[in-house]
Amino acid sequence: MQRVILHCDMNNFYASVECMLNPELKNKPVAVCGSVEERHGIVLAKNYAAKAFGVSTGEAIWQAKQKCQDLVIVEPHYERYMKFSKLAREIYGRYTDQIEPYGMDECWLDVTGSGCMGTGFEIADEIRRTVKFELGLTISAGVSFNKIFAKLGSDMKKPDAITCIEADSFREKIWCLPASDLLGVGRATEKVLSGYGIHTIGELAATSDDFLKCRLGKNGLAIKKYANGLDDSPVMRSDYVSPVKSIGHGITTMQDLENNAEVWCIMLELVQEIGTKLRTHKKKAGGIAISIRNNELYTKEWQCRISIPTQSPTYLAKTAFALFAKNYQWEHPIRSVTVRAINLFEEDCPIQYDLFTDVKSLDRQERLDAAIEQIRFRFGKDAIKNGVLFQKSKMPTERKVDLVMPTGMIG
Amino acid sequence: MSEQKCRKVYVPVNLDVDAEGNIRPRLIRWIDGRVYEIDRLKHKCRAASTKVGGCGIRYTVMIGGHESFLYNEDEKWFVEAKEPCL
Repeated sequence: MQRVILHCDMNNFYASVECMLNPELKNKPVAVCGSVEERHGIVLAKNYAAKAFGVSTGEAIWQAKQKCQDLVIVEPHYERYMKFSKLAREIYGRYTDQIEPYGMDECWLDVTGSGCMGTGFEIADEIRRTVKFELGLTISAGVSFNKIFAKLGSDMKKPDAITCIEADSFREKIWCLPASDLLGVGRATEKVLSGYGIHTIGELAATSDDFLKCRLGKNGLAIKKYANGLDDSPVMRSDYVSPVKSIGHGITTMQDLENNAEVWCIMLELVQEIGTKLRTHKKKAGGIAISIRNNELYTKEWQCRISIPTQSPTYLAKTAFALFAKNYQWEHPIRSVTVRAINLFEEDCPIQYDLFTDVKSLDRQERLDAAIEQIRFRFGKDAIKNGVLFQKSKMPTERKVDLVMPTGMIG
Repeated sequence: MSEQKCRKVYVPVNLDVDAEGNIRPRLIRWIDGRVYEIDRLKHKCRAASTKVGGCGIRYTVMIGGHESFLYNEDEKWFVEAKEPCL
C-alpha cells in the first residue's frame, strides 16, 4: 500500500510568531536576531517584508541593516516558539500519532491510516486552515508517498500553500529541480556533484551507483535512492525518543580567545556539563569531537577516539585540548568553541583494558569525578570547579549554551 | 470603510467552574471599574486574535446584546478593546 506522508513547515517561524503576537509589526520588515552583546548578533529569522529587501538568515545585523534601514530587530523568545511548536503538534496529533519533528518548526506526518479523514491533500489543507485559525500562523505543506518528497513539496510553494508530489508524475515535477533542493544534498555534496556536471535531481537519479559510492560514499547511494522516490524511512511515532548519539556543548565567548590557556579554560567549563549529561544518560564517550570557529566565522572540526570510554570531565578536557593543540594553527583568534562526546557506549558496557592500563588510577579518577558531580548536584554548578576557572574567563556570565538542533536523516 | 483599530486589554474575569472543571465566564471587570455581565456564552474554541495578536481559548459571548470575543491566553484573559475614534 502506498504511504501518504505530509511535511508541514511553519513559515518564517520565529518572525511569524513575533508578528502574530504584535500585529503592529505585521507590515514592517522584521528580523529576529540574537544578542549583539553576547556576540550572537545574526539574523535568525525574518518575515517576507524583510526578505523582499534581500535580508537573509545567518547574516550579521549590520549587514541586514545596510540592506534595509527600517528593519525592526526583535530579540528571540524561545519559550514562545516552544509553546507554538507544541500547539502545532497538538493539531497534527488530531490526524495521526505518527508525527516526527524535524527541528522546532517542521514535522512529518504519516496519515496513511487516516483515510476516513480525507485524502492527503484534504488533510493537509484542513491542517493548514486550522493552524491559521487557531494559532494565527501559516504553514506550507508537502504531500507525497515518502518523507523526502513531502519535504521537497513543502519547500516548493510558500507561504500558506500545499504541494502534492504523486508517484506517477514526480519525474516531470521534480527532476528538473536543482539537486541541492533534495534533503541530504548539502553544500559540500552539491559542490562535488556539480563538479561532475550533475546539477538536477533527474541527473542525480540517472547517475550510476558505483560512481556515486566512489565519490560520496554511502550518502551518494542514499541521495540517489531519494531522487528516484525510493526513500522508505518510516515516520516515527510522536512518543519515539531517538537514541542519544552525541552529547555536546558549545559557547561563543565574550571576547575572542587568543591563546591556548584561554581555550583550555573554556574547554574545562564545557566538559563539566558534558560529564553531567553523560552520567544522566548513563553513557560513556568513546571519542571526542571539537569544533572551532575563528573570528572570520570559518569553522573547522576535528575528532579522535578515546581508547577507554569515559565519563570523566578531566579526561575529556585533556583529550579535547590535545586534539586542539595538535591541529589549530592560530592564524586567527577564536570566536566559539564546541566540544562533543561521540561514539557513545552504555555506562555498564564491558571494557577490554590492555596490559599497560593503570586501572587503579582510572578508578581513583572515576571516584573523584563522582564526588565532584555529587557536590555540584547538591550545592550547585559553581560550588566546585578547577582553580584555573576562578581567574577572569571569557565565558559569558549568563551561561547560555548554543542550541544544537536535530540533524538530518542520514547518519 | 477601514476596520476599527483595536488594542489588547487584559481584564479580570469572574468565572464559574463546575464539578467537571468546565469554565464559564460570568463577569468582565473593566479598567474603569465598570462591570459587564455576560448574558450568554455562544461558542468556545481555540483561536488566534488577528486584531490584537495572541491566541488561546476564545469564548464568543453576548454582552448587552452585542457579540464579543473573550480570550483565555495561558493564565490570563484579554479582550479586543476598540480604540476610540478620533
